Parts: sequence; C-alpha cells; structure tokens
Amino acid sequence: MESLGNVIMYVIIALTIIVFSVLAVTTKKILRSATYLLFVLLATAAIYFQMDYEFLGATQIAVYAGGIVVLFVFAIMLTHKPGEDAAPLTSHKRILGLVACGSGVVLCGVALFGYAKFCGQSLTEMGDFTIDKLGEMLLSTDKFGYLLPFEAVSVLLLACIIGGVVIARKR
Amino acid sequence: MPLSSTIYVLAIPFFMFLFLGLVGVKMPRKITGVLGVLGMAVTTVWAYAIAFTYFFGDGPQKVNDVYQQLVTTDWTWLSFYADKLVVKLGVLLDPISAMMLVVICTVSFMVHLYSLGYMSDHDGNPEKGFQRYYADLALFTFSMLGLVVSTNIFQMFIFFEMVGVSSYLLIGFYYGLQPANHASKKAFIVTRLADLFFLIGIMILSFYTKTFDFKEMMGANGGTICNAFTSAQGLTFMGCSVTGWALTFIFIGGAGKSAMYPLHIWLPDAMEGPTPVSALIHAATMVVAGVFLVARMFPLYVLEQGAMDIICVVGAFTAFYAAAVACTQSDIKRALAFSTISQIAFMMTSLAVSSAQGKLIGGHEAGLGYMASMFHLFTHAMFKALLFLCAGAIIHAVHSNENSKMHGLHKYMPITSIAFLIGCLAIAGIPPFAGFFSKDEILVACYEKGIGWGLWMSMVAGMTAFYMFRIYYLIFFWKKHEVHGEHAPKDQPWTMTLPLIILAAISVVAGFVPFGDLVTWNGKPLETHMNWSVAGASVGIALIGIGLATVMYRKENPLPDKLATMFKGLWTASYKRFYMDELYQFITHKIIFQGISKPIAWFDRIIIDGFFNLLGNVTNSASFGIRKMQSGSVQGYVSYYIIGAVLLAAITGAVILCI
Amino acid sequence: MFGCGLYGFITRKNMIAMLISLELMLNSVDINFVVFNRYLFPAQYEGMFFSLFAIAIAAAETAVAIAIIINVYRLAKNVDINQITKMKF
Repeated sequence: MESLGNVIMYVIIALTIIVFSVLAVTTKKILRSATYLLFVLLATAAIYFQMDYEFLGATQIAVYAGGIVVLFVFAIMLTHKPGEDAAPLTSHKRILGLVACGSGVVLCGVALFGYAKFCGQSLTEMGDFTIDKLGEMLLSTDKFGYLLPFEAVSVLLLACIIGGVVIARKR
Repeated sequence: MPLSSTIYVLAIPFFMFLFLGLVGVKMPRKITGVLGVLGMAVTTVWAYAIAFTYFFGDGPQKVNDVYQQLVTTDWTWLSFYADKLVVKLGVLLDPISAMMLVVICTVSFMVHLYSLGYMSDHDGNPEKGFQRYYADLALFTFSMLGLVVSTNIFQMFIFFEMVGVSSYLLIGFYYGLQPANHASKKAFIVTRLADLFFLIGIMILSFYTKTFDFKEMMGANGGTICNAFTSAQGLTFMGCSVTGWALTFIFIGGAGKSAMYPLHIWLPDAMEGPTPVSALIHAATMVVAGVFLVARMFPLYVLEQGAMDIICVVGAFTAFYAAAVACTQSDIKRALAFSTISQIAFMMTSLAVSSAQGKLIGGHEAGLGYMASMFHLFTHAMFKALLFLCAGAIIHAVHSNENSKMHGLHKYMPITSIAFLIGCLAIAGIPPFAGFFSKDEILVACYEKGIGWGLWMSMVAGMTAFYMFRIYYLIFFWKKHEVHGEHAPKDQPWTMTLPLIILAAISVVAGFVPFGDLVTWNGKPLETHMNWSVAGASVGIALIGIGLATVMYRKENPLPDKLATMFKGLWTASYKRFYMDELYQFITHKIIFQGISKPIAWFDRIIIDGFFNLLGNVTNSASFGIRKMQSGSVQGYVSYYIIGAVLLAAITGAVILCI
Repeated sequence: MFGCGLYGFITRKNMIAMLISLELMLNSVDINFVVFNRYLFPAQYEGMFFSLFAIAIAAAETAVAIAIIINVYRLAKNVDINQITKMKF
C-alpha cells in the first residue's frame, strides 16, 4: 500500500489535470485556453516527478511549458485581436463532440479496466537510473540503445526548422 | 565499288529523310532542296557504281557467265519458336534488283532536281511544306530501294507498306484541298485491301515452304525449286492447288500496287499529288512494284500455270481497258495515268505469257517475256517519267490540268514540246526510240503464246500510239493558244528543263542496252533476235495510230466532236472510265456500308458502347453521391474515425464475450 | 484528459485551439506510456523513451503547424477552420 501522502498528492494532480483540461477546451477566450494548457502540462510533469522520472519531468517542463506554450501564446497574439471571443458552437457540433468524447472515454476506461488490479499497488524500486545512464542509452547501439530513433528525431527537428522557415518566411 | 556497300544506297535516302524531316523546317528552303538533291545525287552515283560492278565487274556475282543472286547484307530481325520462324532483313542483289536500283535512282534524282523548280512556288506564293516534300521524297526513295533489294518476302511486304505510306503522304501533299485528301485515302485503302491478300498469300506460301527467304524458296538462279513447294503443289483447296491460291493472292497484292483492273481505281485519282510525285511514284517506280513482285517470284509462278493464266487475262484486259479510257480523257495527267496502267499491264502480260510457252526448261525462247517485261519496265520508267515531267512543266506554265486550256503551246515551249514528242514516239514504239525495242520483245513473246494474244496486244499498242499523239496534238497544236493575262507560257527554268533533256536523251538511247545479256530470269544470257515481221507490223500499226491522231487532232476541226456525238454512248462511257468508280461507289456504299457496316456500327454503338457508358455513368453518379463526404473538414474526419473505432471495439468485445 | 482533447478537437473552430486540444491528447498518451512502464516493467525504460521522443516530435509538429497557421492567417486573415475553403472542390 502506498503512503497516504502519495495518494493525496496523486488525487490533487489528477483533479488539476481534469479540471484544467476541461477548462482548456471549453473556455471562450483562446489565450485563457493556452494558459490552462500550461497548467495541464505542469501537472503532467508533476506526475512524471512522482513516478521518479525526473529527467522526463524536466523535459516536459522545458519543452512543453517553456517552448510550446510560449509558441502558442505568440501565435495567438499574432492572429487574434485582444478580447475577441471564440465563435459560438452549433448544437449539432457540440453533440457530435460529446458523443465522440464519451465513447473515447468509455473505450479507454474499458481498456484500462483490465489493469485495475494494479490499483493501490505500491511503487516498486526502480534501480539506479541516472542521467549519465540515460545519456549512454540514448547514444548506444546495444539492445536497449536508442541511437537510431535519436538520430531520426534530430533529422526530423532539422527538417522542421527548415520547413518552418520556408513556410513562414515572407515571399 | 564493293557490292557489300549496297546497303549505303539505302542508308543515304533514309538519313536524308530523317535529317530533312526533323531539322528541315529550321533551315532555309533553298538549302533543304539543294541538300535533298545532293543526297540523291550521291545515291544515284553510288547505285550506278553498284550496278556497273554487278553487271560488268569480276566477282562472285558472275559464275560461268551466269548472274548469281548475291546476299550482301543479312541481318536477323526477329526470331521466334527457337529459330523456327525467322524474319530477316538484308540486301539481295541480282540482275533485276540491280536494274531497279538504276531505274529508281535515275528517276528519283531527276524528280528531285525538277522539284527544285516545280515546287518553289505555288501560284506565285512560296510553297508551304517544301521541306516536308523533300523528306517524303527521300522516304519514298528509301522504301522503294528497300523493296527491290529485299531478301525475303516478309521484308518485301514491309517495304510494300512503306511505299504505300509514302505514296499516301505525297498524294495528300496538298492536304488543304479536299480532292487530294480523298485521293490519298482512296489510294491507301485500295492498296491496303490488296495488301491484305498479299499477306494471306505470304502466310499460305511460307506455311508450306517453311521459309520466307527468296533464295531458299526457289533455289538460287533457277536451280532446284524448294522441295516443300513442289510437294505442296499436290495439296488442293477448292479444286486448285494451295500454292496456286497463294501465288494468286500474292498477285492480287501486286495488282493493287500496279493498278491492274479492277484495282486500278486509285491511280487516276492519285494524280492530285504534285506532278513530279506522279512522275516518280505513279508512273515510274511504285506502280511497277507489282510487276517486280511477280518477277521476283517468277520461278514459282512458272510452276503454277493457273496463276499465270489469271495474270495473263487480267493484264491483257487491263491494257485494253486503260487504253480505251485514255483515248477520251481531257485531263492530261489522267490520260497519262491511264496510259501508265495500260503499259504496266503490258509488262504483266509479258511476264505471264513468258511461262506459257511450255518449254521453259532449256527451251530456246525460255523467259523471253520475262526479259521483255523487265526491259519495258526500264524503258517505260524513263519515258513515262519524261512525259509526266513535261506535263508538269506545262501545268506549271498554264496553271491547269485541262487540255482545253492549253492548245498551241508548241510556239511558246519548244523544248518541252520536243521532249514530249520524244516521249510519245518512245511510248508509241517507233524505232529507234526506247519503247520500240522493249514493246517489240513483248509482242514477240505474246505471239509465241498464241496469235490471238499477239493481235490483241498489237491492237492495244496501236491505241497507245493514237491516244498519246492525241494528247500531244491537243496540247501543242490544235489551235492558236489564247494568252490569258499578261505573261505568256514559256519554257521553265533550267532545274526543270535539264531533267527533261536528260530523260529525253535516255529515252532515245535506252533501247540499245543489251538487256538480253544482262537481265534474264535465270541469270543466263538470252539470245534475242529481231522478229522483223512482228516489228514491222507493230511499227505499222503505231504509224496508223499516229496518222489517225494527226488527221483528227493536228488542226482544229469538227471531226472529233462529230465522232463523239456519233458514238455518244461509247464516248461517254469511256470518258466516265466505264463507270468503274460508280460501280465501286455502289458496292461500297449500298452493299457494304448499308448491309454490313451499319448493323455492326449499331451493335458497337448501342451494345458495347452502351455497356461501357453504363459503367462510366454508374461510377460517375456514385462518386458525385459520395463526394460530400470528402468535405475537407478534419474535425468531421476525426468524428467518423472515433465512431468507427468505438464500433470496432464494441464488435471485438462482443465477439470475445461470445467466445 | 484524452476525452477532453478529443472534444476540443472536434468542437473548436479556431485552428490554434484545435492544436491545443491535440497537445492535450498527446500528453494523455504520454502519461499512459510512462505510467504503464513504471508499474509493469520498472526495470526497463521503453515507455519513458517513447514519451521522450513523443515530446520531441510534438514540439517539432507544433512548430511547423504554427508556421502554417500564421501563413494561412497572412493569406486569409482568419484562422477559422470552416472558413478556409479556398482549395475545396
């Protein structure tokens, strides 16, 4: 059984995620939506920290919270006049969205339900996972090495940089 | 010059065709023309050298005074069924192909040169498509040369088709004019129909002899005929031997190209093309392809008397029919065209009577007709090209084909007039002009076959003299020329006059070529001797024809009109070419189109097209129906995707639960 | 969180808002990976690396998407998904 502190912590984080993600998709002001997204991302990082994946959590904060959300905010600033509201939804769309959302949730729930036995299980010890080991794994070609995807991602990023420049530059 | 270089005689015109056809448009017209003429000049010199080497040089082509068939180039083009069916391309030299090289190159060169003047302007405007014209001429020359040096019957068929195509292109040269279009289509379709028979003949023949190759098929130089052929003669189909059928079919192919009755209808219309083209293709070279074909297969025809009889009858009838029509035509090119048909029929008949003497193997007169036919082919090519080129010069001067617009041109165009006179004398068979010798040989061969044949052909020869001089007088005399407009007709520039003079000179002396020593069916020299009684008779009848023409047409007089009204029916029938075109029109339109093509067209349009239209319409309407689903809205797609995923999950879950 | 992302993606009209929803969904999947990795196979790190790469790719994708959106905005003065129908048949 886990410690009570962990459980309370988890409940708080989960509630934050749920509340803010609902807010993010329902709020009328787009800038607020981006702000709520930031909170969701931070809470996600918190979950990672709770799982002892410190590096992942740090990446989440740095890339998502630090990079992407700022990008969003810039984009919103560029494409919106301040104080502009989102256009009202048609009821048809809303119902469709709700149905899809509900069925998605049900689907995920059913799938997750098969693993319900893990509920309440305490975290097992993870072994010594350090940053230098992670670095080695990223750059090794052994069985658990990730050099190939690492290189693929670097090429992808390069392509994105070039693509972004090409698309966004003025003609 | 080594004989193996014959291939270059073909290569030069082909290269000229490609070169002028592809880049000619980019060049000035003058340069194109001069290049074409130069290319042809080289080819001509080369061909002369080859022919000279073949006939008079020492080498493998002549063994014990017998000319051999020599394959100088041999190349396997296609090979099927483990070499059981092999199609080769190559160059075969023997007396007739060497002779044909000379004929084709001479006439073609003359025509190239002549066209420089003739095609330079069209009623005062620069001729459109001058470069195309020269490219087509080169293509034609290449195809015709390829035809005569074919080593096998399949190659011959290929080149047969190619001369057909280039003839089509050249007849339809003025494609802006409706008659030219119709004429080119007519020529192509009629010869195509004949070529179908040719192809069937090839198939039957090669099926039984197991080969396409001329040398294999009939043994070299009249030696042993292919055994397969002789054994196949035993097989019969509908009362005749299969080889007889095959050879008759092949003859029909030749008859289509050589305009034998009843497949002659395309040739008069083919005169819609430029006049030099008529001279080259429809007088001198292409139309004798059929004669050449029969000559090439001659050793086989000898063995099939039935096929020979058919050729003989067709030839004799055509000669008379065409001569009769030529007597009344008012369009000079048409009259010349019918004269051509008649003369080619002479050659055909001569070939056919040649084997009828029944004493071929070792006989004294063996193959006289063959030699005479080739001789006449040679001389006829020269003087008929001359006549056509003269006609071209006249047409160029007065801008009309009708002889009613000419009359009395002798004063204005003396050179042309004399050249035309020489051509007429040659074709009429007056010594010492070329036609006399060759026609005399033909008549001798015909009398050998039977006195009836001889008399018939002599009569046609007389008619020839009559109608040729009728044309001559109507063009150059009859009455004073009425000068229209400011400029009187005059002799044409040197590019057009020079070929006339050269050809006239050849027409005078060509008769003295010792053909009997050079071109015979088995390569051995043939002793010819003047048959003075036949020669005298034929000269006499020719003089009668000329005299008649002189009386009727020398000066303007009412006699021809009186005769025309007296024999009105006959005259009109002859003028209308005995209603052959109308008959064809009736058969094709009323019977074939109405009876056969219409139902087929209906079936095609309603049933087959309908089925595919249905398929197309169903697809079309279906795609219009579902087009809305492709809305481009990503959100809609996601919704559908999710719904689909949920349904899939539900079905999977249900299945798992059931199991 | 995934459901919310889905709902947002379907209902939002603004392209940026749709992108935000997309990020939500991606994150939810990341969390799933990490959690299952942590609970089922604590000695291995596939899930974690998967998330790591997913984050990297998501960042790249967002950058390009925003570049496109800004470009579209420049052309159409609009980022509404329903009104950009210029290239529609």
